[in-house]
Amino acid sequence: MMVLEKRPAPSAVWSIAAPLLALLVAVVLGGVLFAALGHPPLKALYIYFVEPLTSFWSIEELLVKATPLLLIGCGLALAYRANVWNIGAEGQLVMGAIAGSAIPILLPEWNDPLALVAMLALGMAGGAAYAAIPAMLKNRFNTNEILTSLMLVYVAGLFLDWLVRGPWRDPMGFNFPKSVAFEGWHLLPVISGRVHLGLVLAGVAVILLWLVLSHTRAGFAVRVQGTSAQAAQFAGFSARRITLGVMLFSGALAGLAGIGEVAGVIGHLQPSISPGYGFAAIIVAVLGRLSPAGVLLAALLLALTYLGGEAAQLALGMPAKVAQAFQGLLLFLILAAEVLVHYRVRWHRAGRQRGSTA
Amino acid sequence: MTTRRTFMLAAAGVAVLATGLALTPGAVQAEEKLKVGFIYVGPIGDHGWSYQHDQGRLAIEKALGDKVQTSYIEKVPEGADAERALERLARSGHKLIFATSFGYMDSVIKVAKRHPDVKFEHATGYKRANNVSTYSARFYEGRYIIGKIAGKMSKKGMAGYIASFPIPEVVRGINSFMLGAQSVNPDFKIKVVWVNSWYDPGKEADAAKVLIAQGADILTQHTDSAAPMQVAAEKGVYAFGQASDMIKFGPKTQLTAVIDDWAPYYVQRAKDVLEGKWESKDTWGGLASGMVKMAPYTNMPEEVKKMAQETEAAIRSGKLHPFTGPIYDQDGKLRVKEGETLSDKELLGMNWYVKGIDDKLPK
Repeated sequence: MMVLEKRPAPSAVWSIAAPLLALLVAVVLGGVLFAALGHPPLKALYIYFVEPLTSFWSIEELLVKATPLLLIGCGLALAYRANVWNIGAEGQLVMGAIAGSAIPILLPEWNDPLALVAMLALGMAGGAAYAAIPAMLKNRFNTNEILTSLMLVYVAGLFLDWLVRGPWRDPMGFNFPKSVAFEGWHLLPVISGRVHLGLVLAGVAVILLWLVLSHTRAGFAVRVQGTSAQAAQFAGFSARRITLGVMLFSGALAGLAGIGEVAGVIGHLQPSISPGYGFAAIIVAVLGRLSPAGVLLAALLLALTYLGGEAAQLALGMPAKVAQAFQGLLLFLILAAEVLVHYRVRWHRAGRQRGSTA
Repeated sequence: MTTRRTFMLAAAGVAVLATGLALTPGAVQAEEKLKVGFIYVGPIGDHGWSYQHDQGRLAIEKALGDKVQTSYIEKVPEGADAERALERLARSGHKLIFATSFGYMDSVIKVAKRHPDVKFEHATGYKRANNVSTYSARFYEGRYIIGKIAGKMSKKGMAGYIASFPIPEVVRGINSFMLGAQSVNPDFKIKVVWVNSWYDPGKEADAAKVLIAQGADILTQHTDSAAPMQVAAEKGVYAFGQASDMIKFGPKTQLTAVIDDWAPYYVQRAKDVLEGKWESKDTWGGLASGMVKMAPYTNMPEEVKKMAQETEAAIRSGKLHPFTGPIYDQDGKLRVKEGETLSDKELLGMNWYVKGIDDKLPK
């Protein structure tokens, strides 16, 4: 019979081997799944994992897709380190996009580099302010931030919807729900193809997360708070300040991702600006073990699975749902394999049991 | 040991390369087929909007056989992803691309600029270019007919309307339905629920239940799933199908359905490209052109059926225009004078309700 034994310390070997094993299992299971549905398995896997990396355009698109995931993932990683579960990054993204878009929509004349800086700053402020709501509710009334931050996502979505159908609607747009098109310095500078300045900012976010976590007192406080709230209290760290701090940090990065999407790739405000980046980034943060390098890898992997799924639809006529199911399978296996980092598998003969019998 | 490993690595490398080469699409192709690509906002299994567009794609394959090859990407969100999906189609050799939702508009224009040799067709939009055409259907013609049927069939004189987004197309449909209903029952009432989605079976079903609970004994919808039809069947009220014939979801429930038939248009446009005759234009087809069709009139008395058929014939022949004056708006302001009809331009930008509708539009 199989028993899981907790390792005294996380295994260094398995922390690298576990995700690779998961990938291998996913490839094998995926191959079986594709074959069972009548798609050539090797070709399907090639198109899913390799083809998106074989052209320059595709790599550009991968980076475009990874940019918001990376930004939000970095913020969430810090929040989750402190055991503060911000599930509402999608709403903070929307509020950031709205706040940043105020400049091109309300002050279209102000079109210079400074306006762009102000847009980005407003985007961060909008996301941070929106994240402050669940933080303050938690600090003051001890509400559950998972619920409040999640529910605020829908409020943000409806607010954006109302804005672009009402007051912020393009007056020349035949009443369709769209704002005016952003122009000039209201758009983020392009690096290559559709890759925009947001990617650089995402890179900065990764470095910032690393700096905060390993080189600052605040980062230390966050880690202590996450490991043991009591220890943090003894050490004199304020749980409320930490909660507010990580919520503001993650909200600001989500807001930056929002204005980045609007001013970087979409070019105007519309009812739907994100296909759920705020939720996908939760996976990115956890998949990346809440570490800067991990978040970077996880964001790229998730972006790859989106592109691979789309490529497989086109090249093989694979239904979108199959591609999504495979994406889910892959992510699930990687997360499940994490158990091997913290536990070792032991085989015991029945009758000679040691340890847990539960 | 090392040599063996190196050898195996090299072998693996060769294998990967070989697969890579074998997979390069269209490297050697004897005959140049026209590749036609589609992007859909929903899944093709929605039995509504995206399903009907996919029927149009299949019609191209059936009509033009081995002269064409079609492919599609479904569930493409209306944002940054749409541009990539379109770009992917253009880069993989598709020379005619149908973008089948309004929210793809700016993405289509951007990608079309980069690929002047590719023809684009955008459904329900208003931006065109030398290689971008737009097309839509006059669904409101069908909605006038179902409004009339509702006016006759509803015992309580109240219909429930499940609406998606307050864009002109949807507002036009509500108004047309109301004008049809008022033509047989001047006191007719409509309750509207906005679900803020084109396709969300759960929300649509909830909306249907709410509307029935509020007293509507007939349902109509401007969303894409068959869920409201199923709820109506369960609760024993009548309903109208949307986009496709939904009779199998409510054999005793569906009165008729306003069907979008894109097939003839899609086949024609593919033919135009093959023959080099494609040019950018705007098409707005209705009952007369066959882009809008009515499902068989079922579950109603013979006289109501006759009235519906006569109305359909009158609209088709041009004798009847649903938006013929006098039409007053909610505030009692005369919008269309007696004997006049609304122009296409006014119809396309419609953002006001006709008199009697108990709902407010966002201003």
